Amino acid sequence: MQEHARQMTTERPLENEAQQKTSEISDKKVKQLRSKKKRNEMFVIIGFMAPALLIYGLYVVYSIGMTFYYSLFEWSGIDNNMVFTGLQNYITLISDSVFWTSMQNNFLLVAASLLTQLPLGLIMALLLFSPVKGMRFFRSIYFMPFLMSTVAIGILFIYIYDGNFGLINQVLGQLGLESWQHGWLGEEGTAIWAVIATVCWQFAPFYMILFRAAIVGIPEDLYEAADIDGANSWKKFQNITLPLLMPTIVTSAILSIIGSLKYFDLIYVMTDGGPNNSTELMATYMYEQTFTNFNMGYGSSISFSMFIIAFIVTAIIIFFEQRRKGAN
Amino acid sequence: MLKKLNQIPLYVLAIALLLFTGVPFFIMVSASFKSQIEFMGSPWALPENFSFENYRLLFESDFFHFFLNSVIVSVISVVAVIVLAAMASYPLARMKFKLNRPLFLLFLVGMMIPIHTTLIPIFLLTKNLGLYDTIWALPGPYIAFAIPVSIVIFTQFLQELPKELEESAKMDGCGHFRLFWRILFPLLTPAVATVAIYNFIQIWNEFVFALVLTNSESNATLPLGLREFYGQFSVNVPGIMAALTLGSLPLLLVYLLAQEKIVKGIAAGSVKG
Repeated sequence: MQEHARQMTTERPLENEAQQKTSEISDKKVKQLRSKKKRNEMFVIIGFMAPALLIYGLYVVYSIGMTFYYSLFEWSGIDNNMVFTGLQNYITLISDSVFWTSMQNNFLLVAASLLTQLPLGLIMALLLFSPVKGMRFFRSIYFMPFLMSTVAIGILFIYIYDGNFGLINQVLGQLGLESWQHGWLGEEGTAIWAVIATVCWQFAPFYMILFRAAIVGIPEDLYEAADIDGANSWKKFQNITLPLLMPTIVTSAILSIIGSLKYFDLIYVMTDGGPNNSTELMATYMYEQTFTNFNMGYGSSISFSMFIIAFIVTAIIIFFEQRRKGAN
Repeated sequence: MLKKLNQIPLYVLAIALLLFTGVPFFIMVSASFKSQIEFMGSPWALPENFSFENYRLLFESDFFHFFLNSVIVSVISVVAVIVLAAMASYPLARMKFKLNRPLFLLFLVGMMIPIHTTLIPIFLLTKNLGLYDTIWALPGPYIAFAIPVSIVIFTQFLQELPKELEESAKMDGCGHFRLFWRILFPLLTPAVATVAIYNFIQIWNEFVFALVLTNSESNATLPLGLREFYGQFSVNVPGIMAALTLGSLPLLLVYLLAQEKIVKGIAAGSVKG
């Protein structure tokens, strides 16, 4: 009321000032409202993300840091007697021949996975689009290994590889190839290959699914255009399917490499790294050192090395993939 | 005619792969119906007279106890992952803030991390929390490692929903909480199915955490239980085969019922990462 009266009696310049004042007030109000809204939004963001961040942070982020921390100690993990030794565990690791064997086996598994799982998966996926009848049935069977529990697969293949009554030796016997018979998992020379073959058997169907999904996404009219140009199936595969599958192939390669570098379950069940460490992988060796020999510090240095190796390998793939994309 | 002829190599290849993938599974099931004596005589031939004796014995064993443990752990973990990951995806996908991108990357990196790198600290953490050797030790790490993939899937779905949904809801004075649970979440059903199935397969078959974080037989999940059987009855091969068959059955049944969903789930869970 008072303000209104003042406005009536004052001259124009003052009136302007008053107007300015009210606009300032509303500006302030808007700002206040905005910051209130922002604060409100911040609460929403925190509220929605906190539970996931907390559990992820605790079990993944914090744990990786702690693994590095533990790797700097000589520690059994049972008592509180932690002796700080700096990088000593890593120095020991470098001259540990079992670790090198296990790493070599991991890279053997990487190579075998890339060379067998991906092509097998691709062939299976392509077959699913072929005019072969009853493909639904074929697909269901193709996919089964991936759904079986790894432990079940491991135990099943122990019997298949068995030296006395195992399926493989029986078949070899029937074919008159007795000299080829082996105690597949019991001999150093054959054990790693027997185990790798099983891993490939288990995971090829997984890549079949990835490739199938990618092939479904390729536009049909590309093939129609190629048909008009008189291209045969091979040409169509070479010039349409394969280039368009490239991103999926790269993803599959990354998954396959990372999977192979951290592989554990099947080896643990089938051979537990034996005979004589010939099937040892980094993960099985880490388990053995940590939970069997109670060298928790040393085990931590193995697992942190696995993390570094996986990280470097992934970085290299992504680097080359970016360059390839750039070159195109 | 030529077309028919061309198909012959395809059939040969298809059947060869069928044998490659199917035979181990087939002999597992077939051996499970044999008696021990029959198995000794001809281990890999078809059973002459089907016997359900091995399965009957499983009912008397701890098998269903392991089974129940697996069901409890898997269901709790999968439900929790869906709720936590969907909620976390909402700000990541539909709000602008400074840490949006870094936080998303932080979750994304989780897909590359070898779980073994976290095994020792999680083992110690579980001990300190007093959860060691209970089935409650398992959902924590299972949820944590399922979150990255699930967030990737949920954010992708959320980004595809129209912006107007939020605007009109806000007009009506609807808060974020109600907006998310009442309006957006129901629209996420296909993503929920994908996340649920993908993670269920992983968690149902998980082995390392179960091996390290539990100890007693009464807290074993199915994968550990199968190994237990193998250790105890390694002479009774048909009995073990019956356990392996029954242990693989749930996922195979789920697969037969929801083939397309599973296939989509696996593809979405991996390709887009």
